Amino acid sequence: MVTAEVAAKPKVKKEPPVVDVIFENCKGCNICVDVCPTNVLVLIKVPNKWEGYIAEVKYPEKCTRCMLCEIECPDFAIKVY
Amino acid sequence: MSKRMELYSGNELVAEAAIAAGCRFFGGYPITPSSEIAERMSKFLPQVGGRFIQMEDEIASMGAIIGASLAGEKSMTATSGPGFSLKQENLGFAMIAEVPCVIVNVMRGGPSTGLPTAPSQSDVMQARWGTHGDHPVIALAPSYMREIFDETVRAFNLAEKYRMPVILLLDEVIAHLHEGVALPESDEIEIVNRKKPTVSREEYEPYADTKDHVPPMANFFEGYRYHVTGLSHNPKGLPSTDFEVVHAIQVRRQKKITEHLDDILKWEERSMEDAEIAIIAYGSIGRSATDAVEHLRAEGVKIGLFRPLTLWPFPEKRVAEIARQVKRIFVPEMNLGQLVLEVERMAKGDAEVIGINQVGGVMIRPREIVSRVKEVA
Amino acid sequence: MTFNYDEYVRTETIPHMWCPGCGIGIVMKSIIRAFTALKWDKNDIAFVSGIGCTSRMPGYMDMNTLHTTHGRALAFATGIKLAHPEKHVVVVGGDGDATAIGGNHLIHAARRNIDITLIINDNAIYGMTGGQYSPTTPPHMIASTAPYGMVEPNFDIAKLVMGAGATYVARETISKGIMLEKYIKTGLAHKGFSVIVAESTCPIQFGRRNRLADPVELMHWLKNRGVPKTKAAGMAPEELQDRFVTGELFRDDSRPEFTEVYQQVIDAAMKKENK
Ligand SMILES: Cc1ncc(C[n+]2csc(CCOP(=O)(O)OP(=O)(O)O)c2C)c(N)n1
Ligand code: SF4
Ligand code: SF4
Repeated sequence: MVTAEVAAKPKVKKEPPVVDVIFENCKGCNICVDVCPTNVLVLIKVPNKWEGYIAEVKYPEKCTRCMLCEIECPDFAIKVY
Repeated sequence: MSKRMELYSGNELVAEAAIAAGCRFFGGYPITPSSEIAERMSKFLPQVGGRFIQMEDEIASMGAIIGASLAGEKSMTATSGPGFSLKQENLGFAMIAEVPCVIVNVMRGGPSTGLPTAPSQSDVMQARWGTHGDHPVIALAPSYMREIFDETVRAFNLAEKYRMPVILLLDEVIAHLHEGVALPESDEIEIVNRKKPTVSREEYEPYADTKDHVPPMANFFEGYRYHVTGLSHNPKGLPSTDFEVVHAIQVRRQKKITEHLDDILKWEERSMEDAEIAIIAYGSIGRSATDAVEHLRAEGVKIGLFRPLTLWPFPEKRVAEIARQVKRIFVPEMNLGQLVLEVERMAKGDAEVIGINQVGGVMIRPREIVSRVKEVA
Repeated sequence: MTFNYDEYVRTETIPHMWCPGCGIGIVMKSIIRAFTALKWDKNDIAFVSGIGCTSRMPGYMDMNTLHTTHGRALAFATGIKLAHPEKHVVVVGGDGDATAIGGNHLIHAARRNIDITLIINDNAIYGMTGGQYSPTTPPHMIASTAPYGMVEPNFDIAKLVMGAGATYVARETISKGIMLEKYIKTGLAHKGFSVIVAESTCPIQFGRRNRLADPVELMHWLKNRGVPKTKAAGMAPEELQDRFVTGELFRDDSRPEFTEVYQQVIDAAMKKENK
């Protein structure tokens, strides 16, 4: 017997991208900010870190999952899910 | 049972012994008077499934044998003065990274290009202190043909047992001399292999202290995936600048030698029981000294011979004892006075120490030793 | 989807020692992605380096790693490869390590066509020792030992190794990590001596002296110096001065590989001996 619930398969909705900066690894070099074509990232001041900066995901909704920031980050500090 | 007598040169014997000891990798660069070792290895290694490579220089050959040893092969290189100088940096690498391998230096006259075809013993101190930094050293110096075979095998065994490079010092005389020698059957040869880890990869510490101060060695590709570096490192092998860690590991490396002197030291003594004079000699000059002692004994001189086969570590305790027993020690060597410095250091004034030195590329003959001994007496 | 680098990294050693914006990390990640794409078992890889900032890379990699002496990585690697021809041997080094002090080993590894992949992180400077000039410091650029500007001509590393006999040669800037990964992957899979020159950045020792301290600015400067192979074909030599050609520059699958040839020597010698 096929129940109504099983028959009505939920539509596979694509998860929105999640961009994550790993605080401990980020050295604030600004490379990810530069390579992102849709300006998702910005650099913010944080004291007591390498150069005093870290990348922040300011406009996650603009991310197109191009992966450029993740590929070009020299520090294993950024992940795009 | 030994095999029947056959004619060999010292260099040929090194190659024979190396293969008998399990050496399966040779990296070299031609240089007189050592080249016959490389030539023979290039022929015989592939016959037993081993590998020979003539590298672009001695620095590279030293690097290649370290690489091969890390990959699990017993490995060797052979060279002479200029090449031995080039090998020094990577020799130090093998010491800090604790990689077993054998380096043959057939000593010729130096410095620089010096006397390429003439004998010398002037690299004795270079063997001890040639590479920079504090480091333990094992250097062996045989005198006779069968000894060259046995000491080559021993060099491999010590390298494997103590996880370090071992230097075999020959000189041009015994390297090129051809003599009949009876070699042992393969089942008579004692072979030592490196101690392997028995723990899991997570627990494995390639540079940890152990009871015998020699940590087990995993080969590359055996699943242990550890780090090998010439930087000071921690027990895991990763770089460390921590004072205590660095100090402890340096001290442990020294202990590999200092706590196993009985195993590493080897010498021959003749007529020492009632001796009032001693001769300390090694390598080809050990042979001259043996003849000189026989000759002088026949004349009634109470003289004895101490012939170290292990030059480094230096047999300090025994030499100090000898100095207390005799009134005079002669040290003939084909250099301007190298091992004699160690003898003086250990004699501490208990005996008069006299060097007999010759560096023109001519061997010191028995009669030169005899006349010098008589002169002083 | 995010890429998982952990399989090939000693994760406990991260963050690594390299300065903010240093290009070495980008090269390391490209290498890891290439390993992943080839599904190489980390137990079967020997990862070897010399001395320098670049040469610190093996310490971070979870495989059989060997950090040797300055310039000598290829010599050690040759020993490993010849002892175990069936395993993968990969070497990394800086421009000084690979082409100055290690220049002799470089040309001879190429001549032998031994199956080793060399990845050179060419940041055009001696990073670790404080910004002295290297064989690839561009003309007129300032280095701590070239206070009046670089006066020596450069090596074109790609041409050098091609001339010496390397059978796969590619070059790419670190601003194109995906391409870099692709060339490294091809080089790793190639049987023979392969060289991938990663044109890279050292913002601290090179950048600061040349008004390019900002990693982003330096990366743009570097990117603009690269000319893709197809575009370079139509350019006059003068236009290419001070620039470098990128892409897959050379490939030859016909030359015999050294360890295979040596295996034939062993087979013949053993047969003769056993007869
Ligand atoms: C025999 C020797 N000479 C010199 C040095 C000092 N040294 C260490 S790294 C280095 C150069 C590093 O430059 P490069 O190879 O270009 O690598 P980078 O640091 O830029 O990655 C030098 C000269 C050394 N360690 N050993
Ligand atoms: S590229 Fe990496 S290290 Fe640099 S700012 Fe972005 S996240 Fe941080
Ligand atoms: S000195 Fe230069 S090459 Fe070395 S880590 Fe810093 S930026 Fe990188």
